Amino acid sequence: MSVETPRTSEEPVGTQEMAAPAATAGSGPSALSRLAGSSATRNLGLVIALVILCVVGLATAGERFGSIDNALTILRLAAVVGVVSIGMTFVICGGGIDLSVGAIVALSSVWATTLATQTLAADIHWIVMVFTALLVGGACGLVNGVLVAYGKVAPFIATLAMLASARGLAELIAQRRTQIVRDRSFIDFFGGSVLGIPVLVIIFAIVAALGWVLLNRTTFGRRTLAIGGNPEAARLAGIKVERQTAYLYVLLGLACGLAAVMLMARTTTGTSTHGGLLELDTIAAAVIGGTLLSGGRGTIVGTVLGVLIFTTLTNVFTLNNVDTSTQNVAKGVVIVAAVLLQQRLAARRRST
Amino acid sequence: MAGIVKRFPGVTALDGVDLDVLPGEVHCLLGQNGAGKSTLIKTLAGVHTPDEGTITWDGTEVTLGHPQAAMDMGIATMYQELDLVEGLTVAENIFLGHEKSRFGLSQRSAARAATRELLAGLGHPEISPTTEVGDLSAAGQQIVSMARALSRKARLIVMDEPSAVLDSGEVERLFDVIRQLTAQGIAVVYISHRLEEIRVIGDRVTVLKDGRTVATGLSAEETPTGEVIRLMTGRSIEYVFPERAAAAPEGEPLLVVDGISRRGEFEKVSFEVRPGEVVGLAGLVGAGRSEIVETVFGARRADEGTVSVGGRRLRPGSVGSAVDAGVGLCPEERKSQALVLGNSVAHNISMATLTRFSRGGLIDRGAENAAAQELATSLELRPTGISREIRTLSGGNQQKVVLARWLLRGCRVLLLDEPTRGVDIGARSEIYALVRRLADDGVAVVVVSSEIEEVLGLSDRVLVVGDGQVLHEAPAGDLDEHQVLDIIMRGDAA
Repeated sequence: MSVETPRTSEEPVGTQEMAAPAATAGSGPSALSRLAGSSATRNLGLVIALVILCVVGLATAGERFGSIDNALTILRLAAVVGVVSIGMTFVICGGGIDLSVGAIVALSSVWATTLATQTLAADIHWIVMVFTALLVGGACGLVNGVLVAYGKVAPFIATLAMLASARGLAELIAQRRTQIVRDRSFIDFFGGSVLGIPVLVIIFAIVAALGWVLLNRTTFGRRTLAIGGNPEAARLAGIKVERQTAYLYVLLGLACGLAAVMLMARTTTGTSTHGGLLELDTIAAAVIGGTLLSGGRGTIVGTVLGVLIFTTLTNVFTLNNVDTSTQNVAKGVVIVAAVLLQQRLAARRRST
Repeated sequence: MAGIVKRFPGVTALDGVDLDVLPGEVHCLLGQNGAGKSTLIKTLAGVHTPDEGTITWDGTEVTLGHPQAAMDMGIATMYQELDLVEGLTVAENIFLGHEKSRFGLSQRSAARAATRELLAGLGHPEISPTTEVGDLSAAGQQIVSMARALSRKARLIVMDEPSAVLDSGEVERLFDVIRQLTAQGIAVVYISHRLEEIRVIGDRVTVLKDGRTVATGLSAEETPTGEVIRLMTGRSIEYVFPERAAAAPEGEPLLVVDGISRRGEFEKVSFEVRPGEVVGLAGLVGAGRSEIVETVFGARRADEGTVSVGGRRLRPGSVGSAVDAGVGLCPEERKSQALVLGNSVAHNISMATLTRFSRGGLIDRGAENAAAQELATSLELRPTGISREIRTLSGGNQQKVVLARWLLRGCRVLLLDEPTRGVDIGARSEIYALVRRLADDGVAVVVVSSEIEEVLGLSDRVLVVGDGQVLHEAPAGDLDEHQVLDIIMRGDAA
């Protein structure tokens, strides 16, 4: 179902793009809205997919799907994946890839819940745990970034190595045991709600909003798209391609650290098994959301919708007692369908 | 091939090309970069389908819709970047795509035997069929490439600059192989920038320029070299060059290049450019012109020598340092080196100036768009819309965008590498006028071009470059095309 829907939105994309320049040629602001328009129509397809998913959910699971509680569950689950997906969008837009996000989340969660960290946190404030997680995540991202940008190691390889080592280090530190978060106020803060909205969801919303501004309205975002779109042109325009690349991985590392904190609050544990297959979910969310794997193009709104579609799909399956193996098969199909569609759209854009 | 036309979005790569090749001859194809040689041979190889024109093979008109179709007919192409798989053995490469097999099992011994025979036939029995291709020298790889063509019973082999990666001894042996091939009645289309080679190996010559055939069927032995170069570089259309400033610019040099060298590329190049002056680098392809300007810009790191702007030395190998000092480069390969094709015109214009439009990292898009729009209007960009994706613009308008990028930055030194390649005639004059206007505003300009007329018409002062060295320096008015060609040829001989 969700596979078919975006296809119907293909027509408006094409026609609108062809019609728009004549109407808006030459005038700055309205011409810009045309650019926004083209990605907006794309995102409309994703929204339609999401709506249809919800209809299917209501039809098959009724009240259990339609309740506010369930909606909040979906959002809470989406929040952790979402925060990392925002960071992943930046790395992919910049022409890279990061396979180590799940491992970095695991390592950050373990490091932030060691006896030493928790004791320190008990003495000072639980914010120590947050800083630890962010620091560990950021440091892992820095290693990735330096290896890719300055060491010229292929991103796939550098982050694959990080995937293995970070997960391994997490196991060494935790000795494969699950570490319980003892600080109640930490769990109360992140596990709580403001005006009925879970704090985790609020964090996701803030990160998404900041990510949108960063990608669309700042020099940082513009440089990211430039180095992803054509690194040689960016270099010859005086952009520091290496440094920008390194920043992107650090940014994603920090997002992983934050995701670790959120996961610690949701599960009240830190363990080396956190973040399993997170790389799959986040890359898939970005790609479904329209981020080009070759770099240079991507939207935050698309990624957020990608995350929501993925999480809702899982939720609908779970409510209908579909086992996880079948769910994984379905996820795979959705990813391939989204990429095929994306290529079709890109080819159409080029031909106009 | 007759009247071949091939259009790509925004540019007509081939505009009525004729080429006829006889069995057993070596037909040389000449032309500057961008003249359409590559597109032509790709059309011949079935990679591109021509929009107009006919290809006649052995008396019948054919359509080559697919590389396989061309190969089946007996047309084989040896591309400039050798298209061999390095990790496979010689025999595996030669039979790649048409493996000797029986019931799906590859017959390795048969393939090896056939390979041995082919290589022996080419006079290179020393190459073992079981060697990995990656372990062979460039010359050896070329032989393998040729053996592959023969294994497909090719009757026409297209060789795209086969000598570019070879030393003189290897070129001699390559020629021996070519002579053997032609003796068997196989036709060869030979592409090279080295005119002296064409004398030795070629039978007839076809010259391409701006996607058109300017001469065909010339005798390779008897046509004077000067005539060939004139056909390649001479203007096929009268261009309008803007008038030079009345008085030669005076004052302290702004850009000082002092003895820069890069091993294997150029040696001890020095020159100075004053504000308001246009200095041209004239020379043939491979003379080291692009390498020189890219080194000045810091995109390549000089082995020795210094570059200074306004008395301050630039950090070698640092683009950032050059850009900070007010240097801008419009690189030779516009699409791959200068533009982010999927981005809008506005984003491409503001790419080097982002910090000016930002406060605390946030971009003021109103100011950015206003500035981009103003430049688009003043440069008569067509279409004027700045939110269009840049890939939809023609070559000339894309070049204006690259120029606009550096205009916006307000650079003091502008390096232009082949500023009018792939640019149609109308936009050329506009770009010439723009360059002159910039110089009048006090910018120091360096122009590199394969078209000697263009360098002479546009510059105040000309450096003639050959073989990685500055051969001659003179005011542009004191030189004409023939003198420049003479200097280049004497330089090559020396």
